Amino acid sequence: MIVMTKDTMQIVREQDVVPFRNRVREYAVKIGMSLVNQTKLITAASELVRNMLKYASGGKVILEIISKNAQTGVRLTFVDEGPGISDIKQAMQDGFSTGRSLGLGLPGAKRLVNEFDIQSTPGTGTTVTITHWKHGR
Amino acid sequence: MDRIPILKMGPYLLVTIQIDLYDRVALNLENDLITMVSKTEAKGVLIDISAVSIVDSFMGRILGNIASMSRIMDAETVVVGMQPAVAITLVELGLTLQGVHTALNVEKGMELLQDMIGLHSSSTEDDEEGPDDRND
Repeated sequence: MIVMTKDTMQIVREQDVVPFRNRVREYAVKIGMSLVNQTKLITAASELVRNMLKYASGGKVILEIISKNAQTGVRLTFVDEGPGISDIKQAMQDGFSTGRSLGLGLPGAKRLVNEFDIQSTPGTGTTVTITHWKHGR
Repeated sequence: MDRIPILKMGPYLLVTIQIDLYDRVALNLENDLITMVSKTEAKGVLIDISAVSIVDSFMGRILGNIASMSRIMDAETVVVGMQPAVAITLVELGLTLQGVHTALNVEKGMELLQDMIGLHSSSTEDDEEGPDDRND
């Protein structure tokens, strides 16, 4: 796998959400992703960045354009140092939320992108990685 | 821009969202709309989202809230002009905007509002169902 472009963005407040989404769009447009795929990726990113703000009061996102097996895609890594998730299986269920939200964030984001990975250690933080390929689905 | 303008046209309130909304602006809109419904005794709210490229669960919840709150205030809400990519994404996300009436464009949205409001005022014994046909 080759990383072609890489950038990091700090997310500390709600006002960072829209500029962050625009940055994701730039990356998706750069590799020629279709409008539907762009929308799916940006929406998933929006959900995850909101989670990060809500539960960990922010964090950082690594944005990358990657290439693997002749496929090009956008990979986003959301890293926070929040309380972590004690039961990931439960957190990935539709409608489960410890906050007052709809509980669609994590499972919804997973459905929208091609690859989804979540690692979390209670007390240390959570890292979510999503990848959406140019010709994904 | 902190606020989205709300236009009053007869018994309707019209809102056109031209930008991707910051959360603050979306929450202001929710507040302003409900206040306006009460102040103007509007019967219908039409929200045009044709320029909105991303609707995530937060924005979806705002739209649902506006519809529920308006209904409690005796006004119907129609969301119009959703981009196809946004619709595809919303359904996969798991957000089906239940309780929110939708129409393809402003014209169809106005027709729907007129039908709903006409229906409500002409037949008082009708329950709170939408204008769906029941042939069977």
